Order: sequence, then structure tokens, then C-alpha cells
Amino acid sequence: MRKIKELVIEKSLLSSALITIAVTIGIVLVLAIEAFHFFSEVSILAFLTDTQWTPLFTNKHYGILPLLSGTLLTSFIAISVALPIGLSISIYLSEYAPKSFRKTVKPLLELLAAVPTVVYGFFALIVVTPFLQQIIPGLSGFNSLSAGFVMGIMIIPYISSISEDALHAVPNALREASFGMGATKLQTAFKVVVPAASSGIIVSIILAISRAIGETMIVAIAAGQQPRLTLDPTVPVETITAYIVQVSLGDVEHGSVEYRTIFAAGITLFVLTFLLNTLSYRIRKKYQERYE
Amino acid sequence: MNNIQKNRLKDQLFKVWGIGCTLFALILLVFFIGDILIDGIMRIDWGFIINLPSRKPEKAGIYTALMGSICILFLTTIIAFPIGVAAGIYLEEYSKKNRLSAILEINISNLAGVPSIIYGLLGLEVFVRIMGLGASVLAGSLTLSLLILPIIIVATREAIKAVPKSIKDASYALGASKWQTIWNQVLPASSGGILTGVILALSRAVGETAPLIVVGALAYVPFAPESPMDEFSVLPIQIFNWISRPQHGFIENAAAAIIILLLITFVMNGVAVYFRNKWQKKLK
Repeated sequence: MRKIKELVIEKSLLSSALITIAVTIGIVLVLAIEAFHFFSEVSILAFLTDTQWTPLFTNKHYGILPLLSGTLLTSFIAISVALPIGLSISIYLSEYAPKSFRKTVKPLLELLAAVPTVVYGFFALIVVTPFLQQIIPGLSGFNSLSAGFVMGIMIIPYISSISEDALHAVPNALREASFGMGATKLQTAFKVVVPAASSGIIVSIILAISRAIGETMIVAIAAGQQPRLTLDPTVPVETITAYIVQVSLGDVEHGSVEYRTIFAAGITLFVLTFLLNTLSYRIRKKYQERYE
Repeated sequence: MNNIQKNRLKDQLFKVWGIGCTLFALILLVFFIGDILIDGIMRIDWGFIINLPSRKPEKAGIYTALMGSICILFLTTIIAFPIGVAAGIYLEEYSKKNRLSAILEINISNLAGVPSIIYGLLGLEVFVRIMGLGASVLAGSLTLSLLILPIIIVATREAIKAVPKSIKDASYALGASKWQTIWNQVLPASSGGILTGVILALSRAVGETAPLIVVGALAYVPFAPESPMDEFSVLPIQIFNWISRPQHGFIENAAAAIIILLLITFVMNGVAVYFRNKWQKKLK
């Protein structure tokens, strides 16, 4: 009797775990089926090469490139802000800061990642854009610069926290050997500790990029809704995520091509982030093996 | 200046730069919150909390959105908590090192990195369309449950991992079965860690906007939801809607609603940290 009970419990726990697999299959199936219908009406070649994205206009074009460029542009700006600041913070906290300072500052920085993204969207549109407009006169009310900058602030803790963990895990013997040779803290940090923790740092950067690419509300609020193929950070653009939000807010008939565009855009986003996540997972596994 | 002095100078300069970067991030956080407080604090009164949405900014309140958020949070907890903890227990206590466990692990790590808006697309197709739930509180809660499931699973595993093996061994030595050991020993000993993870996951859910917009949550709902099948709005969507309007009054409303949302998020984070510290002390 007891054995049966134990078995029933184990199987029900297993089924809970299997739900996670069902979620992944569900995501892939939903995106693939709707995208399949989409691509039976729009050629993949046009999707990948057309330089205009105008599914909601009368003259319809279905080129993903403008949405992709918007996504990559805002993400690039975000990483340009978050990478130098986040990495400097992690090195400072791990190699220079007193223990108590590190203990208080780390959770405070992580608050930056806990703030809901719609709040960051508010900052970007209401605070940062008007401020930048005083410096850059031609800056449009919606632009990728302030959206990217604010997104960068948001992902600082992703880089600083995970990198700091990696730096902190480097054995002290390495540092002592370096100090013994007469190296300064800075030389030790950049020539010994950072290289030893490089895989952890790379993982943190990849995660931050993946987070930036999938971020929705900041760009939907502050970057605009005008898909255009440009590298100019001062004009309105539209990201893949912002487009999905735009369509979801409107009245688009289920089963129409317009409805399916959000799944075609979604699968592009999913593939991008999936590749980045898999890469970071691989690096993390390899790095764990080396240290254990 | 010789080389040694140069290197020492560089060392000091980097130290200053490091402090500068840390302070920059923290000061920006304080500045943002301060700015929001200045913009919105005067707008918050009892009427703002209990009024229904309105076309006139000075009459509009957050009642329906706040109630929507609370309903969503409640249902999401009921759905995600048992499934997430059960999956976490399975992976940590039962799963053997085989192919299935490797797949489960990679899969959960991947799910944690899927953008939230993709969960919205999944919810739209599966819960709203195929299961026919419509743009209801239930459909929204199911979607958010799937979104926070990986966070709860990972937190549960970490918490269970931290339970000393001696506790389990003692339980087995007394003749307890595996499940008796887990239920009577492991779970109570890890409850603080699990609770922390669940609260953090829920604080993430309460701030989520994009997946709920995709599922079809509305910006304007005249009544607070009364059943799981009712239409709904949530606080972040109300904020998003107010930000998108041109009149200045709505910006003030948005700032005021953000204060409420931040208050909820920060209190949840604070409670989570409190439980974690208390639990970690107990474990030692």
C-alpha cells in the first residue's frame, strides 16, 4: 500500500516537471503553425530581404529587416551603456570594495532589475527624452537613443551581479600569486582575475543581450511605432516586440495575414533569443565542470 | 614618474571610476524614484484608489486595474505555486542522472530566457483561442503562471539543495519513506527559501505588461472582475495607457499609479529578502 502511494506521488511530481516540456512544445508549435500559414501567403525570401514592413497599410510589405534593425539598434545602445558600467561595477565590487559595501550595494543594484519595465518606459519618454532633446536639438520625441539608454540602465544588474559572482569565485591563490609578483590590484584584476572568470562574464553579457532583445515595454513606449531600416538613433523606429504590442492593442481579425504577422515576428524573436540562451547554457556548463 | 608610480596612479584611478559607476547606477535609481514621487505623490488620495477609470484625468482612478492585478496575482499563485514546487521537488529529489533529467534541465533554463511577450503569444493561441477562455482573468493568470514557473522551480531546487543531508538520513534511519521524509523534513526545512523564490516570482508577475496586452487585457474596464472568466485590466496596463495619452493630467496619473506599483513591487521584494535572511540564519 505504502509503495503504491509513493509511486503515485512520484508520478504526479514527474507530471508537474513534464509541464515545462509541454510549455516549450506549445511555444514552438504555436509559433511554427501560425508562421507556416503566414509563409504560405508571404514568401520567406520577401520576408528576409524586403526593406519595408507595412502589413497594416494598404500597400503591404512584409520585410522583417526594419523590425530587426530596430531591435538590434536599441539592444546595441543598451549594451553599450550596460557593458562598461556593469563590468566596472563588478570588478570594483569584487576586487576593491570592502565586504560590507559589497553586501549592501549588490541587492540595491538588483532592485534596478526588479522595477517593472513599464516604469522604465515612463522614464525614457517623460524624463530622458526631454533631457536629451536639450543636448541634441534634432532628437525626435520617440527615438531609440533614450529607449536604449534606459534599457541599458535596467540590464546593468544582469551584467554586474553575474559577473561579480564569477569574479568572486576565482580562487584567492591566483590573486596572491599576482600580488607577490608586485602587480597592483588593477593589473591583477585585468590580467589574472578577469581572464580566469571570462566564461562567467561572457554568460552575463549574453544573458543581458538576450534580455535586451526581448524587452518590450520600454521600446513600445519610448522608441516609437515606425518600422524603418536605419542606424540613426535619433529617429523613431519599431522593434519586433513593439510591433507585437501595437497589433495586440488594435482590432486585428483572427486568422488574417495581419494577425499572423505577430507570430512570424514572434518566431524571429524566439529563434534569436533561443540561440543566445543555448549558447550561454553551453558556456555555463563547461565552466562549471572546469571549476568543480 | 616611474613605472611603479604610474601603475599605482592607474590603480587609484580605476578605483575612483569603479565607485563612480556604482554610484551612477544607484543615483540614477534614486533620481528616477524621486522624479516619480514629485510627479505623482500629490495625485494619490483615497479617491484615486477607489475611483473607476474615466476620460477626465482628475476623476480617473485605479480601482479596476488594482483589483485586476490582485485577482491575477491570486490566481497565478494558486496555479503556479503547486506545479512549480512539485516540479522542483521532482528534479532535486527523484530525478536520476539520465537523458530525461538533462532535457528537463536544459529546457527550464531555456524557458527562463524566453521573452515574456512570447508567453503572451502562447497564451493568446492556447488559452484564449483553443481553450476558448477569451481575454479573461483566468487566461491571463495561466499565461503568467507559465512565465514564472521556471523561476519557482529554480528557487525550489536551490532551497532543497541547501537542506543538510543529515536531516534526511536521520529521517530514513527512523524508517520514514521517501515522501514522508520530503513532506515532514525537507519541505519544512526549505520552506523559507521556497517562499522567497515564490514571492520574487510573483513580484515579477505583478509588473508584467506585455504578455497580458497580447492575451487581450483591456486598458478600459468599467468594473472590477468578479469571476475568473471576466475581462480585466492590470495596473501596468493602466499605466501604459495613461502614458500614451497626450493630456498632462494623465501623465500625473501615470506617475501616481507607478508609485502604487513600485510600492507593491518593493514591499514584495523586501518581504522576500526578510524571509531569506531569516531562513539562512535558521539553516546555519
